[in-house]
Amino acid sequence: MDNILSIVTFIPAIAAGILALFLHGDDAAAQRNAKWIALLATTVTFLVSIGIYTGFDPANTGFQMVEEGGWLMGLKYKMGVDGISVLFVLLTTFIMPLTILASWNVTDRVKEYMVAFLLLETLMLGVFMALDLVLFYLFFEAGLIPMFLIIGIWGGKDRVYASFKFFLYTFLGSVLMLVAMVAMYADAGTTDIEALMTHQFSSESFSVLGIYVVGGMQTLMFLAFFASFAVKMPMWPVHTWLPDAHVQAPTAGSVVLAAILLKMGGYGFLRFSLPMFPVGSAVMTDLVLWMSAIAVVYTSLVALVQEDMKKLIAYSSVAHMGFVTMGIFAANQQGIDGAIFQMLSHGFISAALFLCVGVIYDRMHTRDIEAYGGLVIRMPAYALVFMLFTMANVGLPGTSGFIGEFLTLMGAFQVNTWVTAVAATGVIFSAGYALWLYRRVVFGDLIKESLKAMTDMSSRERLIFAPLIVMTILLGIYPSLVTDVIGQSTAALISNYDTALAAADAATQTAASH
Amino acid sequence: MIQADLTIILPEVILALYAMAALLGAVYTTKDGLAPLLVWTTAGLMALLAIWIATQGEGTNVAFNGMFVDDSFARFAKVAILLSAGAVLVMSQEYMARRDLLRFEYPLLVALAAVGMMMMVSAGDLMSLYMGLELQSLSLYVVAALRRDSAKSTEAGLKYFVLGALSSGLLLYGASLVYGFTGTTLFSGIIQTVHHGDVSIGLLFGLIFLISGLAFKVSAVPFHMWTPDVYEGSPTPITAFFATAPKVAAMALFARLLHDAFGGVVKDWQQVIVLLSVLSMLLGAVAAIGQRDIKRLMAFSSIAHMGYALIGLAAGTELGIKAMLMYLAIYVTMNIGTFAFILMMERDGKPITDIDALRQYSRRDPGKALAVLILMFSLAGVPPMLGFFAKFGVWQAGVSAGLTGLVVVSAISSVIGAFYYLRIVFYMYFGAENEEPIETRSTPVLWVALMGSAALMLVGIFYQFGVEGAAAAAAATLVN
Repeated sequence: MDNILSIVTFIPAIAAGILALFLHGDDAAAQRNAKWIALLATTVTFLVSIGIYTGFDPANTGFQMVEEGGWLMGLKYKMGVDGISVLFVLLTTFIMPLTILASWNVTDRVKEYMVAFLLLETLMLGVFMALDLVLFYLFFEAGLIPMFLIIGIWGGKDRVYASFKFFLYTFLGSVLMLVAMVAMYADAGTTDIEALMTHQFSSESFSVLGIYVVGGMQTLMFLAFFASFAVKMPMWPVHTWLPDAHVQAPTAGSVVLAAILLKMGGYGFLRFSLPMFPVGSAVMTDLVLWMSAIAVVYTSLVALVQEDMKKLIAYSSVAHMGFVTMGIFAANQQGIDGAIFQMLSHGFISAALFLCVGVIYDRMHTRDIEAYGGLVIRMPAYALVFMLFTMANVGLPGTSGFIGEFLTLMGAFQVNTWVTAVAATGVIFSAGYALWLYRRVVFGDLIKESLKAMTDMSSRERLIFAPLIVMTILLGIYPSLVTDVIGQSTAALISNYDTALAAADAATQTAASH
Repeated sequence: MIQADLTIILPEVILALYAMAALLGAVYTTKDGLAPLLVWTTAGLMALLAIWIATQGEGTNVAFNGMFVDDSFARFAKVAILLSAGAVLVMSQEYMARRDLLRFEYPLLVALAAVGMMMMVSAGDLMSLYMGLELQSLSLYVVAALRRDSAKSTEAGLKYFVLGALSSGLLLYGASLVYGFTGTTLFSGIIQTVHHGDVSIGLLFGLIFLISGLAFKVSAVPFHMWTPDVYEGSPTPITAFFATAPKVAAMALFARLLHDAFGGVVKDWQQVIVLLSVLSMLLGAVAAIGQRDIKRLMAFSSIAHMGYALIGLAAGTELGIKAMLMYLAIYVTMNIGTFAFILMMERDGKPITDIDALRQYSRRDPGKALAVLILMFSLAGVPPMLGFFAKFGVWQAGVSAGLTGLVVVSAISSVIGAFYYLRIVFYMYFGAENEEPIETRSTPVLWVALMGSAALMLVGIFYQFGVEGAAAAAAATLVN
């Protein structure tokens, strides 16, 4: 299969088209059909995407399975994967069937709901595979539309505020990125990502509006991309859209948001910022590292005082993403390997945690921590699953959460000890909020009348959690599964980065000596 | 000689003769009884002429000693003008007939306005420019006030007329200054003087006055004041017409004047256009936020869109003109679809323009709601809709011409502007239920216009029906 990437990307979109065009009515049968078609499509996508994994050669650091074709306005349709992106593709195809399963109880406009999710999957896959700037932007940005609708139509009480905030925040970030992309096109004459990676953007410092810009053009472009990825990530202090969006989104929306959409920011840093603007990245490294450290500590503290379960997990996501940015901008093997690992592991763990909230929300229709307590008595299986993912979120050795945090801390330690020391305290705080949440929800006496009729997880719910449990533990005890695939590619990324920095250094020194 | 000249302006002659003959015919026969037929024949003739111009025209032909230029740039604009005018005509037929507005003068005035616009985009001389502009404007003043018994409509017509006369005055004054300082009204003569580097202060003044007059026609800030009132007051089909064909004509004329007559002094007018563009984008984005009336909202939206299109003009390059033409073509397509929907909005037979009435519309008519959703995201410039590529094109031209600051401003204003497009989506999909829901009376023509334009926003990503190539050729002939 020469065009397996396009096939994987567009299966969900085709299924969405079939649903939209051929499924009529809103009765129970139509709803059931919509759910089954969506589940089938996402499952098939996942099965086909395994072909990408098996056909992938980890020793090859270039792009593989590349497809190329003409497109309008001199742009290109170019798709491909390398060690950095291939696992994100699999993460996406892996999570999507689970989100469809988790949405089995949706009754309002089921067809539109499934169409939105299927389109979202296509767009997310496109982001990770696109090898053309504009194509990347197209997928990156178009993903906002289904997510905007998912939050806005099927969300909670304040869904309108949350959906607008989500859309406008991320849109602002991305149009600045688009301006930088246009400038890159004007400078390099191509929008091909592969070619842009080898293109040297000017790093000569200059003054603009009276401000002296170290690293010149590269720093400005870095900042424009940073505006987009930092919002998407989200990094402190532009994270405030995330808790709102998470709280208001339906469970499946939160899962997709946490497990996949947030990873686009980190992926963007690895695909664009480091390889294309090495000097700009180096100039900004200290700032980003400190922002990450602050994010870890600050959002962990904020998480401690949350009364809404989803909000607490949302803040914990921001904290965990802080480790990711820290690892990426440490720019060494452990740091970047750890960052990618952390993103994948967070994809499983946060998805599972939001699903855990969803399980009890479906029964009680409240996310207030106050409303629960003593669930272990009525729901032992649920307590076990929730326990596992709480521990994984804390970073207990043996779960995937540990590997990611440990590697990123180790990578950052070689670059900036203080940042690492501050961020490490975040690990303790995370144990604090996560275990406290668990105690308040699951342990204690079952005194609330309303909880006494709770039933344990249904077999559908168990089926959703099973693969997530397997992955969390598997990656926790056998991390080479990931690091072997990404290792060569990150090594190549780092060596290119160091070479580019050394070259830029040499250039400034020659310029200074003259 | 005269025969060769007439051959070149044959499309304009045919349309003008048709309008006059039909006028006479209708006056002496059943008058308004003929109106529905005239709407269709006018639209049909326009479509035929558009096809003729698109397929038969080639090369650059000059008539009347350079006063009239028929080149691929003019042909691109003419096709866009004729097609959009024809589309708006057929869209309005049913709406106007039911409200007893369908007078036989309406299609013929639109046809005469179209003749004026075709004249404008082919102008090779300040005189023919003015002739075309006035023919267009006078027809438009009348149709704006078509609903004689409505205070708002007559107000719109009068306002448009008074301010339009002012702008014509500015334009004429500028033209006289240019004539005074160059000794010619021919564009080809002006550009020779300018090429000698001989740009006196007087000529610059003339240029600024000309730009001001034209900025009024494209409703660029700070010459936009008439737009919201005229859009709101005119009957909706007329508003749809104002938002499409005249905008294309005025922008094309703008480009032709600046490149054919002042191509040598890009630096002198670039800053003015940049200012117009920045102000239009920002005001269009901010002022529309408070609007509840969808026609006023579309007025500010069109101001903002003209600001984006002006980026292409400000670039002063071939790439810029191409981007501008693409922008206009896409803008017109989006607007036809959106106005088709606005024409459908009504309650108990009365037109409704309050966006509040759209609450939960998607439950009642998911198909049309989806089409409007696509159009709104396209207007906001969100990929993958075609509206994004329009913006991408002008930004590309802007950055490569060194106008990065302008592009950044336009990026920020596009985010602000996204808010009000999203709000329409919000009302349709997740607003609280309205006690008095609107009905949408759909005729086949409106349905095709709405669905077709929404579909084009997606199909256009893959295939653009040769529009891009035509725009490139048009830009190449204009900038050389």
